[in-house]
Amino acid sequence: MDSQAIVTGHEESPEAHQAHPPYLRHHFVTVEQQAETASFGMWLFLLTEIMFFGGLFMAYLLYRNWYYDAFVASSNTLGIGLGTTNTAVLILSSFTMAMGVYSAETRNRKGLLTSLSLTILLGLVFLGIKTIEYHEKYVEHHIPGANFSVEDFVHPTDKRDVPLAPDMAQHAQLFFFLYFAMTGMHALHMIIGISILFVLFVQAWHGAYTNGHTSTIDNFGLYWHFVDIVWIFLFPLLYLISRHPLK
Amino acid sequence: MSTPTGHEHHIVGPKIYLLILCALLVLTATTTGAAFINMGVFSPIVALGIACIKAVLVILFFMHIRYSSKVLMLTVAAGFFTFLVLITMTLCDYISRAWGLW
Amino acid sequence: MSTILNLPNQQDAQLPKLSYLNDGYGLKSWLLTGDHKRIAMLYLISITFFFFIGAAFAGVIRLELLTPQPDLVASDTYNKLFTMHGIIMIFLFLVPSVPATIGNFVLPIMVGAKDLAFPKINLLSWYLYVGAGFFILWALVAGGVDTGWTFTTPLSTHYLNTNVMTAAVGVFIAGFSSIFTGLNFIVTVHRMRCPGMTWFRLPLFIWAHYATSILMVLGTPVLAITLVLVALERTVGIGVFDPTKGGDPLLFQHLFWFYSHPAVYIMILPGMAVISEVISTFSRKRVFGYTAVAFSSVAIAVFGFFVWAHHMFIMGVSNYSALVFSLLTMLVAVPSAIKIFNWSFTLYKGSITFETPMLYAFGFMGLFTIGGLTGVFLGSMGMDIHLTETYFIVAHFHFVMVGGMLMAYLAGIHFWWPKMTGRMYPESMSKMSAVITFVGFILTFFPQFILGYLGMPRRYHAYPPEFQVLNVLSTAGATVLGIGYLLPMLYMTWSLKYGKIAGSNPWQATGLEWQIQSPPLTENFIDIPVMDHEAYDYDWLAHKTEHEVTTVG
Repeated sequence: MDSQAIVTGHEESPEAHQAHPPYLRHHFVTVEQQAETASFGMWLFLLTEIMFFGGLFMAYLLYRNWYYDAFVASSNTLGIGLGTTNTAVLILSSFTMAMGVYSAETRNRKGLLTSLSLTILLGLVFLGIKTIEYHEKYVEHHIPGANFSVEDFVHPTDKRDVPLAPDMAQHAQLFFFLYFAMTGMHALHMIIGISILFVLFVQAWHGAYTNGHTSTIDNFGLYWHFVDIVWIFLFPLLYLISRHPLK
Repeated sequence: MSTPTGHEHHIVGPKIYLLILCALLVLTATTTGAAFINMGVFSPIVALGIACIKAVLVILFFMHIRYSSKVLMLTVAAGFFTFLVLITMTLCDYISRAWGLW
Repeated sequence: MSTILNLPNQQDAQLPKLSYLNDGYGLKSWLLTGDHKRIAMLYLISITFFFFIGAAFAGVIRLELLTPQPDLVASDTYNKLFTMHGIIMIFLFLVPSVPATIGNFVLPIMVGAKDLAFPKINLLSWYLYVGAGFFILWALVAGGVDTGWTFTTPLSTHYLNTNVMTAAVGVFIAGFSSIFTGLNFIVTVHRMRCPGMTWFRLPLFIWAHYATSILMVLGTPVLAITLVLVALERTVGIGVFDPTKGGDPLLFQHLFWFYSHPAVYIMILPGMAVISEVISTFSRKRVFGYTAVAFSSVAIAVFGFFVWAHHMFIMGVSNYSALVFSLLTMLVAVPSAIKIFNWSFTLYKGSITFETPMLYAFGFMGLFTIGGLTGVFLGSMGMDIHLTETYFIVAHFHFVMVGGMLMAYLAGIHFWWPKMTGRMYPESMSKMSAVITFVGFILTFFPQFILGYLGMPRRYHAYPPEFQVLNVLSTAGATVLGIGYLLPMLYMTWSLKYGKIAGSNPWQATGLEWQIQSPPLTENFIDIPVMDHEAYDYDWLAHKTEHEVTTVG
């Protein structure tokens, strides 16, 4: 092990090079080690994402408890139909992504491409519905700060709604701020994810992920599922605080 | 060398994914429906409970933790544990503060 | 005085023909490198650069505090000085200091790997660090920030108009640099240990860096989201921290300190990592209670997440939660104390020699103990109410961070310098610098404990005249300290060209990094080693050197 006395070259012989696949980096010994390492790294990154969103969840929990009435009233202005649909869309996209991983592992190029494009499509549908929802908020004057109006909360049109006192109605802004911040941060992660999906699609087209090197698809899948999980929690917290009982 | 996870050898099949998909969609419908039922203080508990079940299903099956090494399971647990510490210990302060606001 | 320094015969000693330093020439080969050792060197240069900027600010602060009147700089300028000093020293120096320079260099070699798990991400970490530095320099040049490094709301969100956003962006980016380094370390230690390298054969340096990395990965993102919220508050003005709109400024502090307390452990644990290695080597003895030291590192990391509100005792948290946090703070002191005890027992009946790294290590042990104990005083709520926001706090954290961490950093640089460069620095100069630093440090910061106890507030540039003598002592000490930090810059640089050839193991240490050439090859090992002995096994080393061939022919 004494490498001081004589220094040999560190190039490998051509035969040794062919023994391992081209996607095996030189500081790894086996493909398995590389794949497990990459997976572990992605999980650690997802841990940072949990803590990143964690701060927003903390702010939400606090103000929901302090201004419950304003939060209930504000939550009821969010379209539950669109929200539920979006949740289903995202869950479906998680399924298609998981199928993409399966296709990569079974070296099924067409299957992988189909799965990736479906995931992209569903992701875009999600963002589209979100855009509609954001626009609704703009039209209804529920955007905090800019064009916020307490009218809907102080003098609600729906007879089942309890009118809020003006100062509590002002706190509805906090709900909407957190709504936009949390769903906006989530949407940003979706946009980044979809962009990466486009890149992966092009690379998969050229056969990059159906030759045994499934690591990238696996790990992107982890990211995509995580974004889904964040929405799984955002949905009930933002949309389902306390809907009016069905008649 | 560190022990392999065994993940590479276990490919999760479409049947399981389909099953989990259906479960998730059913749970979504359930949680939406439950929002219209007035359960008092249990409403948020039910909502978060269902969300946790959905999240666990995604983590175990879509993200393959069910078939992964103990290290990865511990890693996921550590992440959620730290998140819970942030929430609970901060809330400790707010809960025991100005009684009037609660 | 005896020494264990064992240099090769200087008449015919040469640096190895091929090493990571000459394996590829040109700026591109350095700026696009994946080699963890080169990245460590890049960090070393950039960290040193920012250290001296931060130190310059400290110099001006101490100059202002020579006189009780606010006569050197305007109030706002003074606020900017201590803010920039804090931001630069914490985020651009202390947090990356040991992990990014020494850790990056030595960790893969210590576990027996050819590189870190993700070399490209390692390089990205450095670029993020440089980007962060750029933003903070921009904030500086554009006029500075005066919120205090703690960005406390609502001051930072509503009452100031000074480059808060720029500085916040810089800190945000620095956070991600830190996260990626920690991520890399954790994965490397888990997945890239060589055959035979079980967890309990790892050097304690690795255990401490592993614990640090957990803190980096789990804590730093909370700082990131907090800064995002501050930015949103400043730009859109929603009220998440604004009491007039129903927000709670204390929420900011909860989120901020949730990271910033673990941050202090991020800063000190790598220093403790270095001390374990240095104390063992220079007492020729395995670290006493290896398991205890290993687990105490992890314990510090875990408990470190439970105590953050001890920075908020007077800020309006409820008495009951303050009580809980105070009790938990007492708990977190225990693992640190365990380490000090174990290092002391390592020294007991060891063959102690006083080379430069050991001098810094002794300085660390004394000064960190004082700093740590004063931390316990501050952790008890009753004392803290009197001492918080005074110079006692300033003295406390400078004792642990400068007397502790910075000394450990210098110990580490002096210990691994021969490995990183292949050359030795002039021992007499380095010993003298260590002593100067120690004396300067005590003179600078010990009076500040007294000042704080007597009631001088921190972050003020005017003070009652009766405090002047102590302040003058402190400034005098700062001058001496400055010399003590400047000298290593000079003689280390000198040693690059004129230093003695060090050979692979000048300290006769046991780690894997000392069994390869100095400086190492790019891929570290020609053959991946197989680990067959425990850490700090000096018998194994003696047996190995007995039969070793060091000359040819």
